[in-house]
Amino acid sequence: MLLELDSIQKHFGGVTALEYGTMRVDAGEVHALVGENGAGKSTLMKIVSGMIEHDRGVMRWRNKEVKFHRPADAHAIGVAMVHQESLLVPHLTVAENIFLGREPMQGPFVDQRRIVLEASALIEEHHFPLDPESRVDKLSPAKKQLIEICRALHSASSLIIFDEPTSSLSESETNEVFNIVKALSARGIGIIYITHRLDELQGLADRITILRDGRTVHTDVLANVDTEQIVHHMVGREISHIYTRQSLNPGRELLKVDLPNVHFSVRAGEIVGVAGLMGAGRTELCQTIFGITPVEKGSIEIAGEIVQIKSPRDAVNAGIALITEDRQKTGLALELPLKVNVTLANTDAVCKLGFLQNDMENEVAEYSRKRLQIRTATIEQTAGRLSGGNQQKIVIAKWLFRNAQLLLFDEPTRGIDVGAKAEVFSLMDELAKEGKGIVMVSSELPELLQVADRILVMRDGKIAAELPRKTTQQEVMHHAVVER
Amino acid sequence: MKFRFDMVQKLLPFLSLISLFLFLSIASPHFLTAVNLSSVVRQTAVINIMALGMTLVIVSGGIDLSVGAILAFSGTIGTMCIVSGWGIGGGILAGLMCGLAWGLANGVLTTSIKIPPFIVTLGTLGIARGLTLIISDGLPVVGLPREFSFLGEGTFLGVPFVLLVLLFCAVLTYLTLHATKLGRYTYAIGSNKEAAIYAGIPVAKYTVAVYAISGMLTGIASMIEASRLMTGQPTAGQGYELLVIAAVVIGGGSLTGGEGSVVGTLIGAFIMGLLANGSDLLGINPYLQQAIIGTVIIAAVALDGARKRRFSA
Repeated sequence: MLLELDSIQKHFGGVTALEYGTMRVDAGEVHALVGENGAGKSTLMKIVSGMIEHDRGVMRWRNKEVKFHRPADAHAIGVAMVHQESLLVPHLTVAENIFLGREPMQGPFVDQRRIVLEASALIEEHHFPLDPESRVDKLSPAKKQLIEICRALHSASSLIIFDEPTSSLSESETNEVFNIVKALSARGIGIIYITHRLDELQGLADRITILRDGRTVHTDVLANVDTEQIVHHMVGREISHIYTRQSLNPGRELLKVDLPNVHFSVRAGEIVGVAGLMGAGRTELCQTIFGITPVEKGSIEIAGEIVQIKSPRDAVNAGIALITEDRQKTGLALELPLKVNVTLANTDAVCKLGFLQNDMENEVAEYSRKRLQIRTATIEQTAGRLSGGNQQKIVIAKWLFRNAQLLLFDEPTRGIDVGAKAEVFSLMDELAKEGKGIVMVSSELPELLQVADRILVMRDGKIAAELPRKTTQQEVMHHAVVER
Repeated sequence: MKFRFDMVQKLLPFLSLISLFLFLSIASPHFLTAVNLSSVVRQTAVINIMALGMTLVIVSGGIDLSVGAILAFSGTIGTMCIVSGWGIGGGILAGLMCGLAWGLANGVLTTSIKIPPFIVTLGTLGIARGLTLIISDGLPVVGLPREFSFLGEGTFLGVPFVLLVLLFCAVLTYLTLHATKLGRYTYAIGSNKEAAIYAGIPVAKYTVAVYAISGMLTGIASMIEASRLMTGQPTAGQGYELLVIAAVVIGGGSLTGGEGSVVGTLIGAFIMGLLANGSDLLGINPYLQQAIIGTVIIAAVALDGARKRRFSA
């Protein structure tokens, strides 16, 4: 046995993050670790990778008790982690990041040539779309994820932890990650694979451990449990795992986009899906509509009138909201309380003569918390301490309070758990029923097919196809990949 | 248990101030006297008022290195106006407007040309200081009317007048930061500027406002300083920017933005004032005083950092 975790406990202040963390990982095994956000997966994995120390319980490495005090301890023993959130140095290049902390030296100097050469070889071996010499700060979240994977691969460890490696990746990149995982396990490396995408475990994982509320509730050979059972263990309650949405008769036209190669409109009550591979221009489309990269040629009409959107402020004033794919960076003021974040885009509405009205603000925040079922004890809770799903709900609440009519969701379910996903979808459905227009960009094709009324497929910055609701994943992928 | 420990650490600056006060009361018979205490208030008022403005700037994620030079510029121009017949009120207003103008300049430069505030205010520090020396020929402005000393040295109903000015400024700053939209946006911009932009907040406008307020408060402080010295000193305020930033930081302000409070800053400024006063009373070498204040800054930030680490994750 490679790693054994026996009744691991961890408390932060008075909060119990982990009460009973138990799992065993063998060499050459792909062990799936699932659970809702806040279930304790990240805490458990931070303990295994030496980022935090556990309070109680026993961790054994090759049958010998160990305790890691710092990441270097875990690293020395052969544990590497592919982090979900990018832990890269933005001003260094891809290659420099891959070798960060273990630079090959030539006398007193860093052997820059070798870094680039070895990084290139690694990137080529796995067909990643990365340039070893480009700087990291301009890269998309997906590419950063690939760099994280390269880092772990390079350290050639005995145990690699993947923390939702595919949450920001396109289909082809996802397949590449699967191939990597399989190849690594074939080499006898143990893999812990954390994911929210239960469907991708089939044919990938050997065993599965399920955490709920800080406790290991189930461990089994994957073939012995089906998706329903996994979800049941995760949430401890029944939820319909397939979301079904009734289409509505769309109302008046809310948005009309006329850009070179991109022509489409969104009507009130409609959810328009946008599919495509990474780099196909989906995020860029959202950013153009929202005024981050203003229109150069072409026009955007809101409710039948051409509007000049030169900044996010113009967009917000025109009734547009953008729920970005990176809510920590662009969606939330993490140090500030929930209530401040909820009213941030419409502070005027809780002000009189420039003075904040606390009672009005509290009322708004309480209402949002209830309506969106944001799980927190108080509206004073700082946003940074909430789980991904709850953070996403705060971002949505912010735009609802702003009364945005057109909502652009860029990867709305990224990094949030099954339960919260269903809640986000039913919220989008509700908004559509209220007559709002919704654009949903997603790499999760099954989700798009369930939620969207019709699907635009983007490829190379163009809209390659517009497909009806009852299309198939194959059809969408076909248009996303192939030139016709 | 977590909550209580958190509270104790949050109150740490305040508890330190009280302990320092009690210690000095016992250690020196000259400390707890009306004369000495009002001199502490007068000495710290200038730094205190400037620190109020700096609190806004630091909460917004910025920094203002030019406040010491602005103090000299505003004080020199203000006193020149008084001497050349504008009257005391006119001169004070002139000093205030000079501060405001420099604050606006700092804000507009950072937001329009998108230069980091550290660089912009490092530049305006030099420009303001240089202009002050040119305008004044490097000589102090003298011949101020006797009544002008009231601002810095006078008493009103037995209370040092500067204390009233300080309280007035503190209450206004407190309300601005904690009860107005401007204050709310200041925190939001400092906490996550990107998110503020995405929320449609006119970030540039509010950033300029923050620097303008800081400049204006420095303008007020400049006239108090001039009144206490009864001259307009073109060399006034050298190194004040560091004392002012230190006051904010000791009071819990974070140089990465999003954190800081008016009450904390006042406590921070008084801690430094008491340290200076106490060292004088106890006959501690003035060179050592600087080292003590330096140590306090590092200790304050270290403790604050420990608190944040403990309660994050």
